[in-house]
Amino acid sequence: MDPRRSARTVSDPKVRQVGFFTQPPPPDRSISDPPRHHDPIQSSSPSSPPVNDHSPSGNSLSPVMIPPPRHHSDTLLRTALQATSPTTSFPYSARTVTVPQENDDVSSFSPGRRVVSGKSPSSFPGVKASSVPASELTTVSVVNLPPGISVDFSAYKEFGMVRVSLLDEHQLKVSCFIILKTCAMKHLHAEKEKLTAEKSGGAAVEVQNDQLARSKPLKEKTSKAERRALQEAQRAAKAAAKAEGSKAPAAASKVGPSANTKPSKAAKPPSQKNDGSQVAPSEKKGGDRAPEKDRKKDAPHPRMQYDDASRVEKAKKRAVVKQTEARNRVELFRHLPQYEHGTQLPDLETKFFELNPMHPAVYKVGLQYLSGDICGGNARCIAMLQAFKEAIKDYLTPPEKTLIRDLTARISSYVSFLIECRPLSISMGNAIKFLKSQIAKLPLSLSESEAKASLMLDIDRFINEKIILADKVIVKHAVTKIRDGDVLLTYGASSAVEMILLHAHELGKQFRVVVVDSRPKLEGQLLLRRLVRKGLSCTYTHVNAVSCIMHEVTRVFLGASSVLSNGTVYSRVGTACVAMVAHALHVPVLVCCEAYKFHERVQLDSICSNELGNPDAISKVSGREEISYLDGLVNSDNLQLLNLIYDATPSDYVSMVITDYGMLLCLLGLTIVEELTMVKACGGAAHKCARHCERISKRTPMVLDGS
Amino acid sequence: MPDTQALVNDFLNQLKKRKIEGSQATAKQTAELLRSVISQTRVPYTNQAGALIDSVKAVGERLIAANPVELAVGNIVRRVLHIIREEDVSLTTAAMAGLNLSAVSDDEDDADRDDRPVLSAAAVAAASRSTLRPPSLQTLLEDVPDSAAVPHTSSSGGDSEGKSKSADKSSRSRKLKHDVIEAVNELIQDINTCHEQIAEQAVEHIHQNEVILTLGSSRTVLEFLCAAKEKKRSFRVFVAEGAPRYQGHLLAKELVARGLQTTLITDSAVFAMISRVNMVIVGAHAVMANGGVIAPVGLNMVALAAQKHAVPFVVLAGSHKLCPLYPHNPEVLLNELRSPSELLDFGEFSDCMDFGSGNGAPLLHVVNPTFDYVPPKLVSLFITDTGGHNPSYMYRLIADYYSADDLVVQRRPTSGN
Repeated sequence: MDPRRSARTVSDPKVRQVGFFTQPPPPDRSISDPPRHHDPIQSSSPSSPPVNDHSPSGNSLSPVMIPPPRHHSDTLLRTALQATSPTTSFPYSARTVTVPQENDDVSSFSPGRRVVSGKSPSSFPGVKASSVPASELTTVSVVNLPPGISVDFSAYKEFGMVRVSLLDEHQLKVSCFIILKTCAMKHLHAEKEKLTAEKSGGAAVEVQNDQLARSKPLKEKTSKAERRALQEAQRAAKAAAKAEGSKAPAAASKVGPSANTKPSKAAKPPSQKNDGSQVAPSEKKGGDRAPEKDRKKDAPHPRMQYDDASRVEKAKKRAVVKQTEARNRVELFRHLPQYEHGTQLPDLETKFFELNPMHPAVYKVGLQYLSGDICGGNARCIAMLQAFKEAIKDYLTPPEKTLIRDLTARISSYVSFLIECRPLSISMGNAIKFLKSQIAKLPLSLSESEAKASLMLDIDRFINEKIILADKVIVKHAVTKIRDGDVLLTYGASSAVEMILLHAHELGKQFRVVVVDSRPKLEGQLLLRRLVRKGLSCTYTHVNAVSCIMHEVTRVFLGASSVLSNGTVYSRVGTACVAMVAHALHVPVLVCCEAYKFHERVQLDSICSNELGNPDAISKVSGREEISYLDGLVNSDNLQLLNLIYDATPSDYVSMVITDYGMLLCLLGLTIVEELTMVKACGGAAHKCARHCERISKRTPMVLDGS
Repeated sequence: MPDTQALVNDFLNQLKKRKIEGSQATAKQTAELLRSVISQTRVPYTNQAGALIDSVKAVGERLIAANPVELAVGNIVRRVLHIIREEDVSLTTAAMAGLNLSAVSDDEDDADRDDRPVLSAAAVAAASRSTLRPPSLQTLLEDVPDSAAVPHTSSSGGDSEGKSKSADKSSRSRKLKHDVIEAVNELIQDINTCHEQIAEQAVEHIHQNEVILTLGSSRTVLEFLCAAKEKKRSFRVFVAEGAPRYQGHLLAKELVARGLQTTLITDSAVFAMISRVNMVIVGAHAVMANGGVIAPVGLNMVALAAQKHAVPFVVLAGSHKLCPLYPHNPEVLLNELRSPSELLDFGEFSDCMDFGSGNGAPLLHVVNPTFDYVPPKLVSLFITDTGGHNPSYMYRLIADYYSADDLVVQRRPTSGN
């Protein structure tokens, strides 16, 4: 615990300033600190002497904390800092989430402690676990990289936990703000700007679960009152954090007046009982095991298994889209939805006016998925997000409901509608998680229009940063791997690979492209046409011939639908074949995948989870009418047509994964994927990952072949 | 003679235009053509075998040149040459040994083909083997008692050998041609029945509830699977469609018609599905002497996937597909590029055809190969009409069917013309 406190001290000088104003709060905080740790455990030990906490002695517990702030504090108000520093020092770590109760007394101050809401500071959309707030909170603390701070940390490291969370700082500010609303506004504003700058500069996230778990036992000594105080404080802090969190991103882009307004709103949440009641149950259950549970919650939910008759029945009742089951289902894939294709579309169209809850934009996207007009991970994801944005824009909170809950439910219903149209891709799942977490993080105090505006901003930011900019970064990385005289092979049509090829061509590199294609989608033809139009020299062939053509190929660039945490690349069916042949002939395989498509799931084969396309596409060969052997047989019991959409490429076939965080050697990549996904949970961690990648790439220069 | 010439030309045209599909059909027609060539050849009083060999080589060379990728043609030509040599040698040695030739010669045919010497002709068979085949333990052992009797036959190549012998044995001039034609008939018979012979072994390799994957279509595979089905085995088959010819659809149709549980998949799904497959059974276009397989395009991918998942990769091949040549750069040299229209619709892509780089070369190339080369290390088992064999044993089988002198048919253009 102590170490954490110390960490707090690290918090920016600005915070201290705030604290200055708030001097009164510090004592409270000190009290609250220890309890917080305990809080989760609440029940555990009332015995703990409250005195320690309240009194300076509380500080004594974490004596370390105090000095550090001084060091850091470059700013004017050192004295103030000292006073405040303790507050800053609170480790909030994950616990904050749990504090449900509202205490009257200290509440206002306590906010400072609170920790952390899961909101990831700046840019990481990856934040995943919106739905499971507790887990988020617990997991991450952010270490400030900025110059002065680092020194202090080293001193405290002995204690084991050194991180200071930027989040906390925000929260602190907010809480202080509440107390001293009047005075500090301007300062805060300035600070915030600085903070955001810092964040963007570079924060690394570490997962603290383990530490938390260890620390728990220590916590047990709080009194009820203390605990209450703590909880309250935490709650307030959380609310504040939410407010900040949701806006933080926005703030980055436009720091202006909105920033000022947030804190004031944040103050409200503590008073609202809803908030407390919601959170409380989860906390109490949490108890000592909280971290483990969190971890469990982190694990992806088991997917719907379509061979489970009862669940399928239930799902059917809810379903908007009427699906008729395919007649000849493939035994091996009973666990996946196998529906008659082509029947839903007209049905849906007629229902258009009956589907009240469905927003037209979502409806349109659903139809486009269904008809196959939109395909490709990025395109689907962007279309979905934009539809959601539309829907949010037109959203009105029904009377007697809160925006956060109702909108989340609304989004969920949209999502299930989209799933009925076509199973979600993993990237879409990540985007939805992001959106829901953003909704969950909305401060209750936000007015509806502001909340909507901030969500729409979040969506735009996600699309921009995670998809569009990410692709640009990937292109930048990948182009360095293309040399004159290369023969590049690609499979299907990956938007990222296409951009890479076009960009390399624009740079004047001399290379040839082999486009490998396969039935039934023949997406490669579209890519081929676009490339040839741009003047690239292309060779086109089908997947069967890949082992013939592979002899002349020097690099293979593949797109991916997702990279799973065991390194498996989940991608368009056939990718595995191409990668396998390339591997057999010692041609390097580079997989281009935006980081938002990484997923913590693991998968060994392509069967347990997959998507089945329209089987009729198999029996009919487009453009080859003479091949109609199966015309009369489609209804035969003995014949099944299997149209797999994805397959899983084992990681040993992949030489390198190119993401927006850099290029990963795949074997090493495994751990990175792991980190990345954890990172997602915590938002800010991506930077760390990027640094990790850098380190690796320095150590093992990415040389694909002898040259 | 003009008669045969017309036949030959006709067949050449068909080969050149790739009108004949499948190595079995090609092999059969080649054998029939050669049979008529032999029967039309006017045999001189001396050097009968030499004359037959020359005429067969002359025709064979043209046939091979007409479609060098269709290895079955060359195989059959070499088989016929081999038959002529063996017949000749057996006649000669029989005569020299003072045996009753008329009694022996009929048996001789079987002996040569089956490599199972009939008892009464043991000496003859041993002699011929020692002349025409690479040394093996068996021939060495069998040789011992007869070595004294046939010393001069083992000295050199068939042609000159045949001359001297046939000169000596002028009295049996008709016999040779007749025997050769008989033997070629047997060969044709073999080619016709190879499917059944391979299919007979199906039950030994397919067990209940097995999951089998195949790609494209092969009559051998079809009959193999059906034979197992007829023996009341129930199993399921994944058929990869085999783009761009989509013969898999045809195979799936046939299998469904015979009541087999069939699942048709795209070629790209092979890797995804192979982990649930117990055995891969495919046909081949040709089997090379090193045990490598020239197979329909896509099979190399399947074989690699099978190896990755330790799934047995079984190749069915009639003995007419055994080719005595060793492959060099087979992906290119033993391949054939088919029309791009099978992959791209010219109409749709006409706009892209106009683009060209500065030097006049078109920007767009389409590669549509017909065959794949599967290296022997990826093959678990060959099933031929003589049983199952390891890839490393193929060279030995080949030694039974071909004579070393014929490996390069073109070598004696002068004698051929």
